Amino acid sequence: MVEVFLNGSYIGEVQNAEHFVTQVREARRQGVINSSVNISYHPAFRHVTLETGKGRLRRPLIIVRNGQAILTEKHIKQLQKKEMLWKDLLSQGLIEYLDAEEEENAYVAITEDELTSEHTHLEITPLAMLGLCTSLVPFANYIQSARLSIGSKNQKQALGFYAANFGVRMDMDVNLLHTPQIPVVTTIMHDISRYDQHPSGQNLTVAVMVHKGYNMDDAIVINKASIERGMGRSSYYRPSAAPELRYSGGLMDEICIPKAEVKGYKHEKDYRFLEEDGIIYPEATVKEEDVIIGKTSPPRFLSSMDEYNLAATARRESSVALRHGEEGVVDFVLLTENEEGNKLVQVRLRDQRIPEIGDKFTSRHGQKGVVGLIIPQVDMPFSTTGVIPDLLFSPHGIPSRMTVSHLLEILTGKTGCLSGRFIDATAFDAEPEEKIRKELVSLGFRENGTEKMYNGMTGEIFEARIYIGSMYYLKLKHMVANKMHSRARGPIQLLTRQPTEGRAKEGGLRLGEMEKDTFVAHGASLLLKERFDSDKTVIPVSEESGLIAIDDTYQKRRFCPLSSDNAEISDVELSYAFKLFLDELKSMCIYPKLQLKSRY
Amino acid sequence: MNPTLKTFEGKLPLSILQEIEEKCLPAKQKKVAELALEEYARAKVEPGEAVGIVGAESMGEPGTQMTLNTFHFAGVAEMNVTMGLPRIIEILDGREKISTPMMEIFLKEPYNKGQDVKKVALMIKETKLGELVKEFIINLVEARIEAVLNEEKMKEIGITAAQIVKQVDAGVRDMIIKEKDNVLFMKVKGKDEKHLNEIYKLKEAVKETYVKGVKGINQVLPVKRKDEFIIITSGSNLKKILTLDFVDTARTTTNSIQEIAAVLGIEAARQAIINEVYKVIEAQGLNVDIRHIMLIADTMCANGKLRGITRYGIISGKSSVLARASFETPIKHLIDAALSGEKDKLDSVVENVMINQPIPIGTGLPHLIMKDEK
Repeated sequence: MVEVFLNGSYIGEVQNAEHFVTQVREARRQGVINSSVNISYHPAFRHVTLETGKGRLRRPLIIVRNGQAILTEKHIKQLQKKEMLWKDLLSQGLIEYLDAEEEENAYVAITEDELTSEHTHLEITPLAMLGLCTSLVPFANYIQSARLSIGSKNQKQALGFYAANFGVRMDMDVNLLHTPQIPVVTTIMHDISRYDQHPSGQNLTVAVMVHKGYNMDDAIVINKASIERGMGRSSYYRPSAAPELRYSGGLMDEICIPKAEVKGYKHEKDYRFLEEDGIIYPEATVKEEDVIIGKTSPPRFLSSMDEYNLAATARRESSVALRHGEEGVVDFVLLTENEEGNKLVQVRLRDQRIPEIGDKFTSRHGQKGVVGLIIPQVDMPFSTTGVIPDLLFSPHGIPSRMTVSHLLEILTGKTGCLSGRFIDATAFDAEPEEKIRKELVSLGFRENGTEKMYNGMTGEIFEARIYIGSMYYLKLKHMVANKMHSRARGPIQLLTRQPTEGRAKEGGLRLGEMEKDTFVAHGASLLLKERFDSDKTVIPVSEESGLIAIDDTYQKRRFCPLSSDNAEISDVELSYAFKLFLDELKSMCIYPKLQLKSRY
Repeated sequence: MNPTLKTFEGKLPLSILQEIEEKCLPAKQKKVAELALEEYARAKVEPGEAVGIVGAESMGEPGTQMTLNTFHFAGVAEMNVTMGLPRIIEILDGREKISTPMMEIFLKEPYNKGQDVKKVALMIKETKLGELVKEFIINLVEARIEAVLNEEKMKEIGITAAQIVKQVDAGVRDMIIKEKDNVLFMKVKGKDEKHLNEIYKLKEAVKETYVKGVKGINQVLPVKRKDEFIIITSGSNLKKILTLDFVDTARTTTNSIQEIAAVLGIEAARQAIINEVYKVIEAQGLNVDIRHIMLIADTMCANGKLRGITRYGIISGKSSVLARASFETPIKHLIDAALSGEKDKLDSVVENVMINQPIPIGTGLPHLIMKDEK
């Protein structure tokens, strides 16, 4: 007896599970049972499970009978002529969707010629194993799977030509590669996804060699002349917007050049780029703190009392200015309306990004790295034919990662460039390596892709033959210009008086809990105190009540409302955060009484 | 002992003194002892050294490299031992229920020479009803479960059908049980109409009912270690096992520290903590000085009860309110402190970091005091 479960709950037992399961499957193929039902039999557990619920991952496979796929050439011709559709394949029982559990009962052949009578299903195409991004990796069947997913994830971060109408779009945080190219080593997915319409990388000449340690630990060395020719050059676009909001009482924002009496007026020179309408002009070169949209807002809290108050009638400055460390050129100004019908001004900033030390590049095989050094062309190694690589890639990145496809792409790219053709490197269906090597020989190069090269600085021949070729490199969106940050003094938080956090707020780098522990472990008591001095304050404390006293500097009087007049008031040095903590305790109705004692 | 060495008693550990006496010429013993004393003083921890933090870091850093591996015994299903970080956490938390309890049972003569080891092992093993049943049948017409007993297996462990009925009846509630010709008939108590799922649940419950053996011992594995046979078990019940007359009580042990503390006392528990933690660290190929582990074990056992390094354990024993509040559940600690009017003397590390004062450790410990010359 085998127990039967429907969506996880027990519904009964069957005598002959094998027979029962086949019957259900037949019924599903004939359309008697809904095609989304999956059934599986686990002899070891004596369970038959039926699943009908939603949220299961399923995939289509061709059904095989007696070692023959029941989807034949005839059907494919009908499909090509559009006489048949995908859903017809499903309803005619030629293909079916299996979930993870039913797959355990299936025996799937990858290609048609390996079919035996034992097989139950046939893969539609081996490429169906991979997703869209993963299919874009050339020679994907020659790479360790973990690296393959890293490689396909990296491609999503690559700069390229993301949309043809980018000129009128106001996308947030967008990068555009100036001269993108189609890869020489392609896959079928490049054609399917029309990659030529939106490429995102460049074909570079790559030499696999070390360079004085500047490409150790995944770094890369770049040829300065290549950068000057436009390699990896991109633009960074960032829009800012300012709506003219309406408030209660008929008050509203006004986009204009703020007048000097406005509350929070910055400095005359900060407004210098604004035209009469209060908006910056296109192609203005702006730096940090410069105002790009001038705006004033009505006072924040307006009550009837304030009508007599002169100060309250003053408007508030609420311009949009460049943040700390930002710079660029005003690219595009757009005047429009938002959903509520308020006037909306949008200004897009453009900033040219030339590759620099610290920018991140990657091949399509998860071999990412940052630029470690940019060297002049004269110092670059060169080959006997005078070819100078754009990029030097460290060979130490290869053995442990086992990215054979990376090496194959260099070889294939070289052959493709020399013979002037695009080479197909689709996973499981690529041009054979043997053929590419032969072609390279016929082009007059060494079969293994290595060449004799000269040291650019000394002119000596390198003892080793250098593996050199062409491969498709991607510039990733992580650029140092967006990330580098330091601080000595700077803004503090209002509440705690501790330094702000994060690059955008010019914040400090936190010396955290575990870092603190290392000071303690060294017994460096005073150094630790000094490091945490950022919010140090001196506070008068009444020794009678143990609470923080009032220091009235006008009347030159120090007193505590809870203590007698002649109570002793002493200054105590402590962190502001602790003072805040005492205040919070008081708000919880806890009386934190400080008892002062001389340390000495 | 040599009278010259006698003067060093109390200054040097006894084991060192004995070694000197054994290995050195009597004439040189004094000189050697003096040098040993110097060396011994140098090896001591200096005053103000942050032993706690150094210990925590010395355990914490290798902890980041530990793997989550479990160790499997070949040939026995469901028998594995938690190792690595989860095991360390389990030990230091002082958990009552550990994930893979295990025992090493040493046997007395003649069993440890291999006589009847298998039989002895089977006697210890807890047998559940599911193992003694050939087939379970759910009879839908009668709304009952029919369990056909496996006579061979019953003979193997020496139990009769009547005994099984007694044990199952005591073990499962709300059930009526009858037996006829080695077939058990079980029915849910109450009204006759029962949902199918309820009967199924009862079947699953009955399968897990205790029938014979030592409760908690799920698997037994007799193995030969050096030149004697011992029994390794998955599941632990130290108290019961030690009462069995064929067990060598001096060497039999378990990996459940709570059980050791309950049966053998706190000193044994302290040693068990050290052994168990060290075993894990050694197995991972890491190197931590045993004194760090000893400090942790001492802290956990200091007040006679086994306390884990949790907010309910040793943290609750900290004298400073602020130190406790900075660990976990601050509001609870602050309110409790306020209700009882606790005083915080600010004489430890965390509090002084909070108020931005030098911490009383290392360079912050000693003070200079001026003496007025009058």
